[in-house]
This record gives sequence, C-alpha cells and structure tokens, in this order.
Amino acid sequence: MSETEENLPSERDVAHEGAVGKADNPFADPGLPAHEHRIQDIDERAAKRSERTVAMLFLVSMLATVAFIASYVAIPIDKIVYIFPIGHVSGLNFALGLTLGVALFCIGAGAVHWARTLMSDEEVADERHPIEATPDVKAKVLADFAQGAKESQFGRRKLIRNTMFGALALVPLSGVVLLRDLGPLPEKKLRTTGWKKGIRLVNQSTNLPLRPEDIAVGSLTFAKPEGLEESDEDFANKIAKDALMLVRIQPQNIKDKQELAWSHEGIVAYSKICTHVGCPISLYEQQTHHVLCPCHQSTFDLSDGGRVIFGPAGHALPQLHITVKDGFLEAVSDFAEPVGPSFWERG
Amino acid sequence: MKKLSARRRHPLAALVVLLFALAVTGGLYAAFAPADKAQADDTAQSLAIKEGKKLFAVGCASCHGTGGQGTSDGPSLVGVGAAAVDFQVGTGRMPAQQPGAQVPRKRNIYSNAQIDQLAAYVASLGPGPSVPDKSQYSAAGADVAKGGELFRTNCAQCHNFTGKGGALTNGKYAPTLEGVDPKHIYEAMQTGPQNMPSFGDGTLSPQNKKDIVAYLGAVNGDKTASPGGMELGGLGPVTEGLFGYIFGLGACVAVAIWVAARTTKAKKS
Amino acid sequence: MSNETTATTERRGQAPRGERIADWADGRLGIYSLAKANMRKIFPDHWSFMLGEVALYSFIIIILTGVYLTLFFHPSMAEVTYHGSYVPMHGIKMTQAFESTLNISFDVRGGLLIRQIHHWAALVFLAAMMVHMMRVFFTGAFRKPREVNWLFGFLLFVLGMFTGFTGYSLPDDLLSGTGVRFIEGVILAMPLVGSYLQMFIFGGEFPGHDIIPRFFTVHVLLLPGIMLGLLVAHLILVFYHKHTQFPGAGKTNNNVVGMPLLPVYMAKAGGFFFLVFGVISVIAAVASINPVWAIGPYRPDQVSTGAQPDWYMGFAEGLVRVMPGWEWNFWGHTINFGVLIPILVFPLVLVAIAVYPFIESWVRGDKREHHILDRPRNVPTRTGFGVAWLVAYFVMLIGGGNDLWATHFHLSINSITWFVRIAFFVGPVLAFIATKRICLGLQRRDKDKVLHGRESGIIKRLPHGEFIEVHEPLNQEQLHVLTQHEQPEPLELGPEVDENGVRRKFKRSQKLRAKLSKGYYGEDNVIPKPTVEEYKEITSGHGHH
Repeated sequence: MSETEENLPSERDVAHEGAVGKADNPFADPGLPAHEHRIQDIDERAAKRSERTVAMLFLVSMLATVAFIASYVAIPIDKIVYIFPIGHVSGLNFALGLTLGVALFCIGAGAVHWARTLMSDEEVADERHPIEATPDVKAKVLADFAQGAKESQFGRRKLIRNTMFGALALVPLSGVVLLRDLGPLPEKKLRTTGWKKGIRLVNQSTNLPLRPEDIAVGSLTFAKPEGLEESDEDFANKIAKDALMLVRIQPQNIKDKQELAWSHEGIVAYSKICTHVGCPISLYEQQTHHVLCPCHQSTFDLSDGGRVIFGPAGHALPQLHITVKDGFLEAVSDFAEPVGPSFWERG
Repeated sequence: MKKLSARRRHPLAALVVLLFALAVTGGLYAAFAPADKAQADDTAQSLAIKEGKKLFAVGCASCHGTGGQGTSDGPSLVGVGAAAVDFQVGTGRMPAQQPGAQVPRKRNIYSNAQIDQLAAYVASLGPGPSVPDKSQYSAAGADVAKGGELFRTNCAQCHNFTGKGGALTNGKYAPTLEGVDPKHIYEAMQTGPQNMPSFGDGTLSPQNKKDIVAYLGAVNGDKTASPGGMELGGLGPVTEGLFGYIFGLGACVAVAIWVAARTTKAKKS
Repeated sequence: MSNETTATTERRGQAPRGERIADWADGRLGIYSLAKANMRKIFPDHWSFMLGEVALYSFIIIILTGVYLTLFFHPSMAEVTYHGSYVPMHGIKMTQAFESTLNISFDVRGGLLIRQIHHWAALVFLAAMMVHMMRVFFTGAFRKPREVNWLFGFLLFVLGMFTGFTGYSLPDDLLSGTGVRFIEGVILAMPLVGSYLQMFIFGGEFPGHDIIPRFFTVHVLLLPGIMLGLLVAHLILVFYHKHTQFPGAGKTNNNVVGMPLLPVYMAKAGGFFFLVFGVISVIAAVASINPVWAIGPYRPDQVSTGAQPDWYMGFAEGLVRVMPGWEWNFWGHTINFGVLIPILVFPLVLVAIAVYPFIESWVRGDKREHHILDRPRNVPTRTGFGVAWLVAYFVMLIGGGNDLWATHFHLSINSITWFVRIAFFVGPVLAFIATKRICLGLQRRDKDKVLHGRESGIIKRLPHGEFIEVHEPLNQEQLHVLTQHEQPEPLELGPEVDENGVRRKFKRSQKLRAKLSKGYYGEDNVIPKPTVEEYKEITSGHGHH
C-alpha cells in the first residue's frame, strides 16, 4: 500500500473545486452571498428601538441587583414561603437566586441583542494557513537542532549522558518514599473486628443488650458490640466492620447446617457490611429471607448461609457465631473470615 | 270503647299496628335469639368480634381460611394482632385485589368501625400487637433528631432518606411513606406487613418508634419545606441529573440557538 | 476608518490615555502583535459551536462559587455534635465537614444559593462537555489538525468526572459517604497492592480521619489546577486552528467565514457567559440539589436506597451494578472480578471514543487537514460507531439507576439488570446497523433532492386527473452543500502478484486496514452522490416533478 493515499483527492482539489468550471458545474460553490441588510441597518427608527431594548435590559439588570441586595438585607434566612408550583421553599434562596439570575441574564441578553441587531453582521472570510511549517522552516529547525545537539556533545560523551539519566531516574524516588507515611500497613487490620468471645450483642437502637426473646421471627435488629459507644473517637472505624444484623428464622427453614449451628434458636447474626464494596446491606425481606444491597443489588439468602443469589458480590456474607449466656446474646468468637469487600490477601 | 273502635278504623291504624308489631318482634329477637351466647360475654368487645367474624367470612376467609388459619393463598392470621389488621385493611392493602409481587396500597373500602370489628375478631384468634393509641404515635414528647438517626439505621435502606420508597428484589418494593397515617407507620413497624421485617418492642422501643414517626412527620409531611426549591422527588442524583440535562443544559442550548441565529433581514423590496 | 487613522496621526504627541496605557503594555508584553492576529479573528456562527462555551462558562461559575464555598467549608472529619439552625438534626453527631455544609445551607445568607449554583453548574458542566464532545465527534471536527485538542477535551471530561466525584464526597453526607465506601471497595479489589493502597489513601482503616481533607486538596487544588491548564491549552488551540465550519456558500477548506471577535463575538460570547450564569442561578433558585440535611451525616452502618452518584458517574455505577458476582480464590489470594472488571471496562469504554480519531485517520489513510465539517449521514460508519457508543453509555446509565426504573415503571430490578447485561452487548450492534441504514437512507434522500428538487407540499392536479406533488429545484448553495462531500474508493491491497511475478506479502495490519476501509468507502456503505451529468440529464429533459 502506498503512502501517497491515491484514493483520496488532494487538498488543493477540494479547495479549487469551486473555482474550476464554475460556469459549467451546477454543484459548484456559489461563493459568499451578498450581504443583506437588517432592518436596523436601513431604518434608524428600528435601530433606536434596538438601542432602547438593550438599554432597558441593562437597566433591568441594575434593578435586579438592587433587589438582590434588598432581599439579602430584608428576608430572614429561616423564612419559609409557599411559591406555586415549587412548594415550601426558603424565601431568601428563592429571592436571591431569582434576582441574581435576572441581573446576570439581562446583561447577557442586552449584550447579545446589541451584537445581533446593531453591530455589523457582515460575514467575513478569513484565510486559513496550513499548520505545518514550510520545508524551509522545517529544514532550518532541524539544522538548528542538530547544531545544538552537537554543541552539547550529548551524543559523544556517553558517561555524562548515562549518569544524568541515572540521576534523573532516581530523584523521583524521594517523592515516592515521602508518601510512605500516608497511612499504616494493612497487617491484620482488615481481618479482625471488635467481636470476640463473650462480647454481648447490643441493640443499636435502644442501646440495651439483646435477649433472645427481643427478637421475633420476621423481625430485623441491628447490633453492635458491647462497649462500643457512638461518642467513641473511633466509632466510625469500628462500626464500619462490626455492624451486625440479626434476624430470626424458624430453625426448620434454615437450609445451611453451619448457619443453624452458629445460630441460637433460629436467631442468626450476619455482618451488615456487603462483601462487594462494603455498603451496609440491610434490605431484608422477611418472607423470602433475602437481603438486598441498595448500592449494587447484591442479594444474599440469609436462610442459606448468606449465599449470594444475585448481583455483583463474590462471596457469602460472613456469619457471627452467637450463643446465649445469662439470658443475653453474645458472640462465641470473632467472624471466621474478614468482613466487607474482598482484597488480594483475603484468601 | 267507641273512641277506641273509632280510632281502630283510622287510616293510620294499620301502620301503627304494623310498627308496633315490628318493634316487638325486633325487641324479642334481640332479647331472646342470641341469649345463649350473650350470657357468656355480653361486652361490646364480643359484639365487635362477632360482627368482625361476619365481615371476615365475606372479605377475608377465601384466602385466609374460615378461621383465619391460612390457606395456600394467604398466610395464617393467628397471632398477627389487631395492629396488623388495622394496618392492612386501613391502608386498603387488604382485601387484596390480584396476585402480584406485592399487594399495593389502595383506597380503603371499610369504615373505621368495620376495621375495628375485623381487628377485634383477628385479635381474638391469638395474642398479637394491639392497635396503638394516639399518645404512642403523636409527635408530643418525641425527639425528631433521634428519630432521624433511627430512621437512617433501621428504615432508610429500603424507604429512602426521607421515606420516598425504593426497590426490592423481583418487583417488590418499599412503598413511599408520604401521606401515610402515623398510626399506620407505627403499626407497620410493629407487625412487619408483607416482606417488611417487624420491629417489635425488643428491637425498637415504643419511644424509638414514636421518634421515627415524628421524624417522618417533620421531613415528609404536607408542610415540610424544601428550602432549596423543588424537591425533584427527593430521590437523589438520578432525578437531579435528568433535571440538569433537560432544564440546565436545555435552557443553555435554547439560549445558544438564539445567540447564534441569524438576525432577521430587512425584506427585499 | 481612514478618517480615524488620520485623526490619530494628527493627535500624535498627546495620545489618549487608553492608547498610552496600551503603548506601555505593548512595550512589555507585545500586545499589539497579539491583537493584530486575534482582535478581528473570525468565528463562525452555529448554536452547536457554543456547547463548548457552555462548558467553559459553567467551569468559571464553578470556580467562582467554589472559592466562596471554601471560605465557609471545613474539610475536617473531627466529630462534633450539631447545634445549628436545622432542628431535625439537633444533637446528632457528625463530622465538621457535614456540620459546615449545614451551616452554609442554613446559617450563611446566600450560602445555600451558592452551594446550589456550584452543584448545578457542575452537572451542567459535565453535560455540556459530553454533548460538545458528541458534536465534535459526529461532525468529524476531531480530524487533523485537531486530534490533540480532541484529547485535551477528552482529558478535561475525564478529570471533570473525578473533580465532580471528589466534590460530591466532601460534605460527608450519607449518600456521598456511601460513594467513598465504594471507592474503598474498588481500591481493595486491586490485585496485589489493594489493601496497601487503601491504607495509604485513607490513612488507615475506613473511613479514618484523612479522606475528606485529602479529597478537598484534590478537589480544590490538584484537579482544577490541571484542568485550568488543559482548558487554556484547549482554547489556545481553538484560536490557533481557527474554528471549523459547516459546508455552505463561500465556505471552503481554506477559509473561515463568520464574524469578527471584536466586536461581535466579544459581545456574543461575553454575553453568553452572563446568560449561562443567569440560567444556572435561576435553576438554583427554583430546584433543590443534594439536600444534605435530608440525607443525614455519614455513618458506615447506615445507608439509604437510591444510593447513586451524580449522573456522570452513573455509567460506571451501571457497570458495577450489572456485573455478575465473580470472584477467584487461589493460593490464598482473592481477585474480586465483581469490582475489577467494571473498573477496567469503565476506562476502556472511555478510551474507545478517545482513540477513535487516530483509528479513523489510519483506516482512511487521511493525512490532510479538514476544516469543513462532515454531515453525519455522509460518514455512516463513524456515525454508526458514535451512536453505538452512546447506546452502550445510556444502557449503562439505565443500569446505574435500575432501582428507580424498577419503582417508577413497576418493573423487577432483576429483570432490568438482565436487560442491561444483554443490551450492553446487543444494543450497540443493533444501533450501529440501524444508524448506518438510516444514514444511507438520508444520503439517498439527499441524492433525490439534488436530482428532483425539494418536495414543496403543493399538490397539483393534471388535466387528465393525475395528482402530482410539485418539486422545487434547489438553489446552488443547497446543491453545493448536498454534493460537496468526498466519496473516494476504498483502499485496495493491490494485485497479489507484483510486476516481476513474485507473490506480494501483505502484513496482517494492511489486510485489516483494507477491510476496514471498505467499511467506510465500500459499495455497501456509500450512496454514490449525483454527478453533474446525471443532474443535467434530468433537469434539461422534462420538467421536474
């Protein structure tokens, strides 16, 4: 295949198509049409009207700015007004936005109207010039470059060249090293939670330790480990892993053997953190025992070991082994696997 | 006698006799016919249960069984309590019209008295939550902010931040809570209708429920303000994006068309 | 004009103040040479050329309002208890970032308006960039010499998406926090380095105390800084290349027809800035956006249904939502394909449109400059590809909002997900075929119009009772516009045997190129435009009807 691209017409052909055989070619470019006058160009009264319209628009803008300032001063920030058909809204926000909008819009409308009706609307053609340099310029630049390169002796003195590359390659490493203290190393942080043997399950809503009888079949309860308080400094970090949802399923409806073994009389405790990307999954359907994630619709079956039945999650929800001691629900151990989204070392 | 016989022939006499006879018959019936049961429990409650049973036989029994024991078409109602009936019938969900992923809310066809009777009957089948009274769900003494926090923990995942509703699996959905009677919201938490889990008093204390109801009243009531302007459904970025495209960019393009359009030329003459 | 020049000459020695200032500046900045080239620069008029301006102006609006917001916003994750004006939030624990956003909304007069203008302008900015990009794509404005500027524009769009995303995350509300959690999951899904990256980026475990301040720096400094640079480069190139124009009377590949920058475009473009600002202000006055007070502060154990990002990330959201849950476990390692594949497909889809100009110029073997825009119908393959890309994009937007589709159209979320999974692959193919057919149909119609004139809508009854529609002949400009496009032959590989009888070897890339070239110029992809001879034969013969 040739590099000349003989299948395409050359640029000049396209450019001159109009000029060539204009008389004979009905498809030829007729050239720029003659300028036609607008009414404002020939009728001074129309031009005056335009002028007045533009001035009026600028005037309205000024008034709107005054109204903006007046609204700012006069309307209390907590004033709620009813505006049809928008509804009950902040009077200040509405007034400020509208006046600001009008003030700005009128400036623009005035300027555009001015341009459209009073400024010359004669279309002008400007020549284009090829972006590429002429051969002379190109030759000059290449020669200059060659001379500069030669004078630098860059090509000849290899030792200088190589050490310079080495130095330039190494120096950014300092920057990379400096990023080390952005955060700690993962270590076991993603593998452990606040749950361990003997920690009681505390109701998130009532802040009371949970008893089995608090949890009815078909109910949904959220729990946190005893000792974790909302006022704790690291509450967010902790609850991001510890959040638990408790449901009670008739034991005969639990399909998974391990799930049954880790439950207490049908009360099962699952991590609330989705195994896909960590949203607090909790759209529990009590008749199907399915729990749906509102972020990406991963669906898990809580009556079957938290198995994934739909959506992008890759593995089952981790279950917490629970038991009852002194009438209160408590954890038997930490989760057997990391909670939340998968990561490389998860295994 | 003469007077009497004269009146006997009065044109209205027949009517009077008839009315009298009717009144006596009705009174006798009322006194004797249900006498065997009335002696056992003659309270208003039992009357309600009885009336409820009749209504149940007509409107509910075909799916839930004649004794509310449940059939393949409807679950057992033993132990669901009066609150469940008051919710299901009061919001028009029951009686259900057609099978589907979920029974929708619709116009309620029973009077309040009838709902109470039905509720009384179903409550008599087994112990369950009773209909809450006004003090339990009124805003008085409620902590709206706490309710908001509880709502976001327990409810928003299905019903959206301010209760606009949301999707569940396979065509099921959490309905919008806009315009729902506070009593019904309270009952829904108590009883867990359809696929909604229940939030009994062990899960959400009565005060928790009261707070949640108050929060909804504050953020999703008739008079709730949306300070920033139109709420756009309160559904988040999807409707905002659509609005931004259609009205934001749309208006800018409309203006651009005006800016770039050729000005009208003077007519050639 | 000449009068003025003489007037200035006469006044020499006591030049007016403005001129003296200009002289001073010229001596130091060389402004006269700059102005000579640019002051009367010609810009063609077309509304679609102003889409980029909408993007530019909304960017300026975002910067202006953004600076204001930084005066009141505290990018801190320190925990505070709210005691401000919004009653339904009293006593709630939240981060300072969220608290200050509430304060901007309820305690700073006009703060809510500026917040809303900022956010609405961001949505309009991204939307305008996208539509602008589509305009450039479908008209072939990306062709030489503008490929680099196309890439600058593309980068601006991508950076705009991430600037938008980091901004959306700053208030630390329940919705945006959920988005940040998603980012954490994505980072964790990176093979090998995921958990390390997560710890470094978040400064420890999720959510930590660092992510909002770090996002803040990225949002207000790093990304806008890069964008500003790209934007300036984009504009300089627009000036340098001069604007493209649609075919028309007097418009050639070697000129640009329009009106001069001073005064017409100064007034029109300058005015348009105020118009766009005005429109967005009014929208911010009447429509609420991101009402964080209704959404609540972020807590990692809380969530709301309808958890979506702003629209420009909806496409990525869709990819993630409809991905099947694949995960590999091997030798103690896990790869979470449920996250990884969408996150790889997301840039691939974007890159597909970004590199298209280079592919097209290679396939077409076209190294010439192009300043006359294509009518999309005349390049059916490109138009088909563009529509296919848009279909893939919008199918994924549906996927990203599948829960709202489900509730508002009474559909099953699972069915929508399955529909999107299939439509993502099938839809673009169908769209490509259909678009090409439509383009060819339109080409045929153009040909008819050239040869037989325009349907006038006037029905005439002939003496013998037949009804005909009168066709009006086109004027010369219309004829020119409908016939000016090129229709070259497809590239051929040439004879298999060269002149010496030796079998020629073709590289695989050459064969592919010849095949693709047929896709642009082959018989099935072009309706031959009418020739002068055809036209003359028809018009000279009988009357046109």
